[in-house]
Amino acid sequence: MSGPALSRPAGLIVFGAVLILVAAVTLALPHMVNNYLVRVVIVMCIDVILVASMGLGNGFTGVFSLGHVGFVAVGAYTSGILSLPVTMKHAFLPDLPHWLASFSLPFLPATIAAGLVCAALAAVVGAPLMRLSGYFVSVATLGFLIIVNVVLINASDFTRGARTFAGVPLQTTLPWAMGWMVVTLTVLARIAYSPFGRRFRVVREDPIAARAVGLSILPVRLSAFIVGAFFAGVGGSLYGHYLGAFSPASFYLPYTFALVSMLVIGGMGSISGAVLGVVLVTVTSEVLRNLERGLDLGVIHIPPLYGASQIVLGMMFILVMIFRPSGLMGDREVSPGLFLRRKPTGERE
Amino acid sequence: MNMGLYIVQQGINAVSLGSLYALVAIGLSMVFGILRMTNFAHGDMMMVGAFGTLLINAAGAPFWLAALCGVAVGAAAGVIVERLAYRPVRGAPDVTLLLTSLAVTYILENLGILIFSSSPRNFPIPDIMNSAIQLAGGQITFTAINVVTIALTVAALALLGWFVTRTDVGLGMRAAAEDLGAAQMVGLDVDRLIVVAFAIASAFAGLAGVLWAAQSGIVEPDMGFTPLLKAFVAAIVGGFGSISGALVGGYVLGALEILIVAFLPSSVSPYRDAIVFGLLIVFLLFKPNGLMNRPQEVKL
Repeated sequence: MSGPALSRPAGLIVFGAVLILVAAVTLALPHMVNNYLVRVVIVMCIDVILVASMGLGNGFTGVFSLGHVGFVAVGAYTSGILSLPVTMKHAFLPDLPHWLASFSLPFLPATIAAGLVCAALAAVVGAPLMRLSGYFVSVATLGFLIIVNVVLINASDFTRGARTFAGVPLQTTLPWAMGWMVVTLTVLARIAYSPFGRRFRVVREDPIAARAVGLSILPVRLSAFIVGAFFAGVGGSLYGHYLGAFSPASFYLPYTFALVSMLVIGGMGSISGAVLGVVLVTVTSEVLRNLERGLDLGVIHIPPLYGASQIVLGMMFILVMIFRPSGLMGDREVSPGLFLRRKPTGERE
Repeated sequence: MNMGLYIVQQGINAVSLGSLYALVAIGLSMVFGILRMTNFAHGDMMMVGAFGTLLINAAGAPFWLAALCGVAVGAAAGVIVERLAYRPVRGAPDVTLLLTSLAVTYILENLGILIFSSSPRNFPIPDIMNSAIQLAGGQITFTAINVVTIALTVAALALLGWFVTRTDVGLGMRAAAEDLGAAQMVGLDVDRLIVVAFAIASAFAGLAGVLWAAQSGIVEPDMGFTPLLKAFVAAIVGGFGSISGALVGGYVLGALEILIVAFLPSSVSPYRDAIVFGLLIVFLLFKPNGLMNRPQEVKL
């Protein structure tokens, strides 16, 4: 099923209503719930950006990359280096080249720069890798993730190596995270459900037919990969400015698995699936993480079970793979259009 | 130091490391050959085998018996995982299989953390295995565990070679790797063949796990992941799906790593893993069928 099929004014009204709702939640939330929950919501917004951007390549074009977190890492480090205050740079990164050490960018330009660096990297890396298919592309992009990790650990002039990269200003507030999430989802939805975005699904469903009608596959896959990497860089920057201190190990296999499980459980071919996956996995693991510390229910005493929440998450993942391999949402979308009268859309794609 | 002797010394190190990679890569390739599945959970059978050995040894069994049981526990774990997680998704697209195995590895590693905690544990081995063997007046030094690793790998490979060329089940496995559908059509019990393949593959991984733990002296829940990734490289360099290819790939990779560490400037060696995975990407792009495999469709 395609995305929203609304007449333009109705679509704009709905979009405006969603914006107002998001703004209201953003303003009201800190007054309604405690700080811990606000932090959970910020992380959820960042994860939505990362998972939805991963879904564009992995789901819509069907090239399952395990290297997305590599771009997140590059984004976090790029914006961290750019926005670190100059005095901190002298203290923490004495070997930084002069042209980088002499200035410090505000949050927004640093984030956009991180996205652009990741997009450029994706163009270089993707040009060869997007030729591969199936498990080969997954293994090759996993190789990319490992190479990024090794380079970050060894480029200690820029990254302090395996040690913690600290001192990044804590600027990712709820409005920033929400704002970037709305921008990301809007841009991704506009791309994925545009005539150009239809090509993504064509090359996924039938590469041979796509070529037969004159559609070359590499540029299509590559463009999805580059757009995904841009938002991975943005999300990485947000995450870096949320954590304030991170190391290459923060952006490695465990985070990859967390994001992949959100994407797969929610549904790979759907942007609302990405949102649903993030919400479900976050809520489940937050609840389980609290149970994991052990419970004392008067009569029953449950000892702490570290690792149990991840096991439950892994089992959820496998059950989805067995019973609903295309995820909870499949390739359907929850769009504002569901609540309004649809234009007749003719046959399905 | 004499250059010739240095090369011999590093050659021994390379064969010892390559043997471990080959043991893991062969199982990976066997399963891939039959099911077209990139089995991420394969590396965790190393962890299962090593922890199994540790527990049985701690319960009082002599080390050799414990190691044998540990290998058997690894094989059993592989069969259980196949039955519970992989059989229900058999025949699904590549990515579904890959993701399922990724979830299994996540579960197994966290199960390891739950039971044994995430901190590494000592892996006690008999003193005789740690004894150093010196040749050429001390210029070549290696431990008994290197010899045991190489000897056991050769023995395991010989056994596997005999099994896949001389027994009905082994021949059936090769038939299934050639064409699973056709093997089923001519009346082979495919379910049983797959169980046997997982048992052998996981036993090999379990053996590699025991040897790996014996060499490093520690066991930890995520000990299998790095060797697994290396085994992926080895299997793909050799030709994914081919047993002999995995063998060749394992030794090529072992030699390459030792070459980087022992013969290149020391500023290069921290980038060892990056070079290895760069090689993987180069192979996927330019020689996706590896050194030993028949052509197959992997690119656009």
